[in-house]
Amino acid sequence: MAKAMVIDDSRAIRMILGRTLSQHGYEVSTAGNGREALELLNAAPSSPNLVLVDWNMPEMNGLEFVKAFRADPKYSDVPLMMVTTETEIDQMVRALEAGANEYVMKPFTDEIIADKLRVLGLIQ
Amino acid sequence: MQTLSKMPPASSAGLSPDNYTFLQQYLYRESGIVIDCGKSYLLESRLLPIIKAENLSTINDLCRLLRATAPPALKTKVIESLTTNETLFFRDSNVFDALEKSVLPQLIEAKNDIKRINIWSAAASTGQEAYSLAILLAERGLTGWSIQVLGTDLNQQVLDRAAQGRYLQIEVNRGLPAKYLVKHFTRVGLDWQLSPTIRSMVKFRQLDLRASMRGMAPFDLVFCRNVLIYFDVDTKKKILAEIRSTMRSGSLLVLGAAETTLNLDDNYVRVPHGAAAFYRLP
Repeated sequence: MAKAMVIDDSRAIRMILGRTLSQHGYEVSTAGNGREALELLNAAPSSPNLVLVDWNMPEMNGLEFVKAFRADPKYSDVPLMMVTTETEIDQMVRALEAGANEYVMKPFTDEIIADKLRVLGLIQ
Repeated sequence: MQTLSKMPPASSAGLSPDNYTFLQQYLYRESGIVIDCGKSYLLESRLLPIIKAENLSTINDLCRLLRATAPPALKTKVIESLTTNETLFFRDSNVFDALEKSVLPQLIEAKNDIKRINIWSAAASTGQEAYSLAILLAERGLTGWSIQVLGTDLNQQVLDRAAQGRYLQIEVNRGLPAKYLVKHFTRVGLDWQLSPTIRSMVKFRQLDLRASMRGMAPFDLVFCRNVLIYFDVDTKKKILAEIRSTMRSGSLLVLGAAETTLNLDDNYVRVPHGAAAFYRLP
């Protein structure tokens, strides 16, 4: 089963995104910030197949996480989507340049997440 | 119209069976679109804003008005509210993958001598399909080429919106790859505005697909997706024949994933491109 990690400091968002990804066949793990996510990923036996990450989080924000995640060669090809309230083009460009493959502006719907998974070629 | 012979379900809340049949026939007469049985909810939800705006109490009151002497503007509003289709950027990734990987490269090679490509988005709605095609072609960097995308729709109201090239956040969130959003759009308040470059590649005009299409520019690619399903068999055949008259040998037609030319028009040849099907005119 494909594995996904959802990183967001909101428990409700983690739950909503986790449910959506489960419906698309993912086994979902979650983290409340970037640092916790990196710890969990480094302790995991295999790389995830997908990462969804918020921007504004305590300890390590989403952009810092993306940079750290992409700096590790074993994660260089893992599809990564930012899901955030940040909606300025400059911020999107920074996220894409840091290594995010897709960008979703909150609020989102299940359909929006599914559309982006299609854009990434992860579902039909 | 085959489906009209069926009676609507007795449970139609609010809308009487007589008026359901009336709306089916009215929509068919005015637009050629077939509404099956059991779509009371669709009719009521689409017409509710008009009922409120006209200070009417129920959908049956609206039907009474339409049966009598409704002003033309009201009739137009009713037809437009019932013929608006959902659309999104880069809808159906199989089709756009095929365009990007094989169809457009082949088309560009074939047209390299005249450097002109004409594309028709035949049910353009609010324009996302037409603009998605323009974005893909712009990404090819075809300097010195003449590229025109024509978007048509029965509904003038959605075309007016399409021409503005301005979209809500929820609309750009759906299907539009982020790399294209940052490159071809700017923020205007809470909305997103397409760049003048992309907008200049696309023109919109009203067209009833049941009308004659002769005289329309020969198109290299025609998109007519998720529209034929709303018409009866005879109308589908007529539309496919008319579309053919706008194509030249080698041109491609794209239908919705659940649509086909099979048993409707034998002149098209189904050509698979990846997981998508295109219909080529020999």
